[in-house]
Amino acid sequence: MNLDFNSEVPIYLQLAQSVEDNILKGVFQEETQIPSTTEVSVSYKINPATVAKGFNILVDEGIIYKRRGIGMFVCKGAKNKLLEKRRTSFYENYIESLVAEAKKLDIGIDEIIEMLERSREK
Amino acid sequence: MSEIEVKDVTMCYGKHCALENISITIEPDKIYGLLGKNGAGKTTLLNLITNKLFPSSGEITVDGEGVRENDNALEKIYYMTEKDYCPENMRVKEVFRWTKEFYPNFSIEYATELCKKFDLNQNKKLKELSTGYGTIAKLITSLASNSPIIIFDEPVLGLDATHRDLFYKELLVNYMEHPKTIILSTHIIEEIAKILERVIIIKDRNVLINDDTENLLKSAYCVSGLAENIDRYISGKKCINIEHMASYKSATIYEKITDADRDNAKSLNLEFSKVELQNMFIYLTSTGGMNQ
Repeated sequence: MNLDFNSEVPIYLQLAQSVEDNILKGVFQEETQIPSTTEVSVSYKINPATVAKGFNILVDEGIIYKRRGIGMFVCKGAKNKLLEKRRTSFYENYIESLVAEAKKLDIGIDEIIEMLERSREK
Repeated sequence: MSEIEVKDVTMCYGKHCALENISITIEPDKIYGLLGKNGAGKTTLLNLITNKLFPSSGEITVDGEGVRENDNALEKIYYMTEKDYCPENMRVKEVFRWTKEFYPNFSIEYATELCKKFDLNQNKKLKELSTGYGTIAKLITSLASNSPIIIFDEPVLGLDATHRDLFYKELLVNYMEHPKTIILSTHIIEEIAKILERVIIIKDRNVLINDDTENLLKSAYCVSGLAENIDRYISGKKCINIEHMASYKSATIYEKITDADRDNAKSLNLEFSKVELQNMFIYLTSTGGMNQ
């Protein structure tokens, strides 16, 4: 899991996002187990309450579920759910920051579109 | 599950007061960081909680029972002090045996397991141990005490990076297997920030902060950009630190970010970033830090 502790994003959210990323990448497959609170807490030296908070977001969103006494598992259909969610936030997360950075560099929208065309050819 | 309550406690040595009218509740089964500058009164507070000192006024209770000369309440707390109280000719394994006499839940088996992990020879006498291994022996004794409250005063003194890492991990394993109240009093803030569920900061004989770590970190932020725009942005705000380099300025604001702040910062071309616990501590406890 990829956690960047200097990011402005709170650790529990980073943790939830990292699990999501791993589901999208196929590292954590549907109906298989993800790392336990204990494993994550100990290996990253994070308070278990923080880890639980991150996992609980995913439980509430129906991405992972708890099997009593065993651990956390990826829900069936989680990947599609995540794809949909990430697509919705794609504009906010990528386009807006792309435009902001372009503005800083004085790159016009036309130029960006041209670059996008170029990237498609590759 | 054990809770500590400090009610209106004042501690004076002659005319000098180390703590004044302190009231805090330390909630059960959470990991606390007790932070304060040198001489702020951290160790005094811990000595009061563990009945090594009697307060000039006020009361301290564990699960509702006063700690003063009360073995029943004190037995619930294991206190790892910076000072060494065991005779230096004692062997590590004898320390374990003696600790078990006073703390019936002490586990020799667990202590032995930890000795293997830290590579500590139990047959050595305390005086034969290096500074780091002296600390390790105390850490192992504390963890193996299995007390519902464990207090560590400067737990990583003299430990190398590998042993510090191992300690933090073993502490978390222990905490998750047997939830307990843990108080870490330390100056090494950066390393333990993520481990702490709550933070207590002592300043000027008083409790300045007693809050959830996450909440505390959310209550401040850093904003940076062109100096004159920063000046415009921070006017009327509670600013606790300013770094000025050429025409660049960065300010730490002790307030939550509002939507209006975000819009304002955007129009002034300023950037936000988060504040680390260690920096937050430095700004809040530096002389005049809160009043800048």
